[in-house]
Amino acid sequence: MAITDKQLEDMLVSYPDLVLKNRKKHLILKKSAESCQTIEANTRTIPGIISQRGCCFAGCKGVVVGPIKDMVHIVHGPVGCAYYSWGTRRNKARADDTTPKENIYSQLCFVTDMQEKDIVFGGEKKLAKMIDEVVEMLHPRAISICSTCPIGLIGDDINAVAKAASERHGIQVLAFSCEGYKGVSQSAGHHIANNNIMENVIGKGTQRKPGKYVINILGEYNIGGDSWELERVLEEIGYTINCVMTGDSSYVDIRNLHLADLNLVQCHRSINYIAEMMQAKYGMPWLKVNFIGVDATAESLRNIAQCYGDEALTRKTEEVIARETARVAPVMEHYRKICEGKTAFIVVGGSRSHHYQYLLRDLGMETIVAGYEFAHRDDYEGREVISTIKGDADSRNIPELHLTPDKENYQEAHVYLNMTLEKFEELKKKVPISYYEGMNKSMKDGHVIIDDANHHEVEEILRTIKPSIYLSGVRDKYISHKMGVPSKQLHSYDYTGPYAGFNGAMNFARDIANMMTTPAWGLIKAPWEEQRKK
Amino acid sequence: MLECIPTRQVEHTTGKINPAKTCQPIGAMYAALGIHRCMPHSHGSQGCCAYHRMGLTRHFREPIVASSSSFTEGASVFGGAANLKTSIKNVFKIYDPDIMAVHTTCLSETIGDDVPTIIKQSEVPEGKVVIHANTPSYVGSHITGFSNMCKAMVAYLAESNGAAKKERVNVLPGFVSPGDMREIKRIVSVLGVDLTMFPDTTNVVDGPLTDKYDMYPEGGATVQEIRDSGNSKLTLALGPWSSDAAGALLQEKCGVPCVPLRVPVGVRATDDFIMALKDGFDVQVPRSLTIERGQVVDTLIDTHFHYQGKKVAVAGDPDLVIPLTDLLLTMGMIPAYVTTGTPGQRFETEIQGMLDQAGVSGSIVKAEGDLFDLHKWVKDNPVDLLIGNTHCKYVARAEDIPLVRFGFPIFDRAVHPLMPVTGYRGCLRLIEQISNTLLDRQDRDCKDEDYELVM
Repeated sequence: MAITDKQLEDMLVSYPDLVLKNRKKHLILKKSAESCQTIEANTRTIPGIISQRGCCFAGCKGVVVGPIKDMVHIVHGPVGCAYYSWGTRRNKARADDTTPKENIYSQLCFVTDMQEKDIVFGGEKKLAKMIDEVVEMLHPRAISICSTCPIGLIGDDINAVAKAASERHGIQVLAFSCEGYKGVSQSAGHHIANNNIMENVIGKGTQRKPGKYVINILGEYNIGGDSWELERVLEEIGYTINCVMTGDSSYVDIRNLHLADLNLVQCHRSINYIAEMMQAKYGMPWLKVNFIGVDATAESLRNIAQCYGDEALTRKTEEVIARETARVAPVMEHYRKICEGKTAFIVVGGSRSHHYQYLLRDLGMETIVAGYEFAHRDDYEGREVISTIKGDADSRNIPELHLTPDKENYQEAHVYLNMTLEKFEELKKKVPISYYEGMNKSMKDGHVIIDDANHHEVEEILRTIKPSIYLSGVRDKYISHKMGVPSKQLHSYDYTGPYAGFNGAMNFARDIANMMTTPAWGLIKAPWEEQRKK
Repeated sequence: MLECIPTRQVEHTTGKINPAKTCQPIGAMYAALGIHRCMPHSHGSQGCCAYHRMGLTRHFREPIVASSSSFTEGASVFGGAANLKTSIKNVFKIYDPDIMAVHTTCLSETIGDDVPTIIKQSEVPEGKVVIHANTPSYVGSHITGFSNMCKAMVAYLAESNGAAKKERVNVLPGFVSPGDMREIKRIVSVLGVDLTMFPDTTNVVDGPLTDKYDMYPEGGATVQEIRDSGNSKLTLALGPWSSDAAGALLQEKCGVPCVPLRVPVGVRATDDFIMALKDGFDVQVPRSLTIERGQVVDTLIDTHFHYQGKKVAVAGDPDLVIPLTDLLLTMGMIPAYVTTGTPGQRFETEIQGMLDQAGVSGSIVKAEGDLFDLHKWVKDNPVDLLIGNTHCKYVARAEDIPLVRFGFPIFDRAVHPLMPVTGYRGCLRLIEQISNTLLDRQDRDCKDEDYELVM
């Protein structure tokens, strides 16, 4: 199914000139014949335009920092931001070898609850007092402080409060100045979180987990139990999962992040900074993976095995892939019969809109419109464009850390993988080491790529292009339903999951088929109303 | 679950752990949705608007549309006037509402944006209106935010033409679900009294699926209706925290007498509501309502042994928790812990007064509390039942106490926004929920030989 330029133009006719001029740059109709189709991304949303985007705080506390289960995360600000980011992202966590149940605070919400007088006279004392009480009460291993909008404006020095509290209590207190107004979306918050964790936590531990192949999974948040499904498969193959950033992760494990051989990067947008910085500081290589989809999972597993170049590991990988794909095949085939030939419209996050296209393809579905909420150009066009991205006032407000090789722990990437430099160079040609190709390459001609899709555009696409399903967030879900298009949240999976890996693919297939075939879709017109015009 | 919560006494005096309130803007946004063809607008970072839309969407499972000024760091330094002006222009051009209801956030309030002046300087198309409410997140709660937006509706819109008042009642329903607003309207209609309800979220956040999406559903009080509320004979302001301010302003501005009442949850609060209409409009209460009331009393007598004497802990918003506590006392239950996150000493005074009158002693009643407080109380001295929003489910599981979901937000159960907890029908629903929940627990826990067919 191809979409035309005319359809896209019609969609935008009601825009005032300035809005039109702006939004045109965020929309691409894919045409392979045109050599470099660039998209504008990571720029301001126009005021008044109903965007799906959240803020810097949501990206920092909500996405990256919040899931660390053995830290107390204190939101410094009025009550709201803490309240809305409390338990709503479904980052599952459970006790493990290094973190007993008593050290897990994931279900709690801590907020200084700033009042008017605190805004006037400052909230530093209140924050310090709350830290003291929490330490006395829970004895956490570490604490984070995440600032909300007014904190930056009134000038509370959370770094000073953190430093003093750290000295008082002998535990690390991390201060994240992730006020909502910074940057243009959640993306700024990812970066701020990455920087602080990189500078102050990673590298502080000394315990390498036992195992021949020790890996980290970065940018995996264990929503609906995704990372547990990945761990099931990876551990069976023979990998030791050192740490998942940050789904079901612990502060203790993050300190040891550098004591692995390889970083796998699942969500490129939210965590590529740490992957890059670890490469700079420790030399550790990173590999872009995608565990969404049966074929994609198999390919990622093969790529990881190739990184080690170990025959036994490759054999075991193939054995597990063969068994798992055979196991899921009949289920996928069953649902494929329902889904085949249907079309999808996806707008989520900064990686999922790409990843899920593979899983949809497993089901015979075509993604005809796709876009990200808060991605940068490299997430669309590939990392090769990074050097051409111009910074602006908003992006320059987020510091870039420039790290130098660590004296004790730096080693060349090929040494991590126990291979010669030549072999490593060969490997880089075969698998995406330190590289992400972006989403656009996997879109077909006549399909639409859309950045920061807004309400008006979503409504127009649903109305005129009529995809079979819409995969997005909760704010759009019910709008789509009202328009007769089944919709699934790909942030929270509509409270089911996992969707990653082999078991996840089966869950997703079942849920997509069910949402399209649920019998109530046939009841929309009452019998006394005119029959629906087909 | 929650093994980290200590059993020993701890000091918790600063900040909130597991808050029992959220911030003002979400309440203002919800109130604004109760105006027909209204675009709620959040003057702050886009994260505020995103979070509030998320919270309301999860609770109602309905489209919640609202726009944002999308502040960046520059706007935060230089002020948000340009952002608001651009927003107003774009919203009317692209989304074409009849009215925009702007609420502020902690960001724009801390900067000190003068919103009324910015609105005056903005391009508002002929025939369209922009109203505003100040809702800094560091004051009050979602309930006071709701109240502030209701008050703004009166301040900007309500007018008196000076003529004789119309035989019509204004009902300010408070922060309740559309199911409740519908039930309250039904009772007024059964009494034969002409009504203006604002805000009115029926047919807005409980809309049908008809294969046609309308950004502005058919419900909501129209701007004209709110204007004309100044010519009504009487206002019933339900719930002091959510509705008193708007009711009082309407009285002051347009001379419409305001009767402050509780939200009609429970028999007595519903009786009061009906009596206020009966007295205000000199109408007969039809037999159908007397029958509805009698059915509630009949049920209470028939089922009292399911719940009488059971200890219950309640957390929620003050305008709902106060009359709910009255219902629980009517049921012979013992409200051992009653808390709200919203500030207001009156909460403690009113509830303590009811407990004293019912001869219940030793209870803890706390305004500006949180669910950590509640958890600690329950841990120290257990209860038989919890009543509160979805966040209470963790306390319920950790302490193995059954939970009846009540109030806002409820994220983990559906249908509730369409069903009332108000009026006599609401009483029956609450009695059924409380009774069934306790009986399910008894069925689950009892020995085989004690498993009963008839209960």
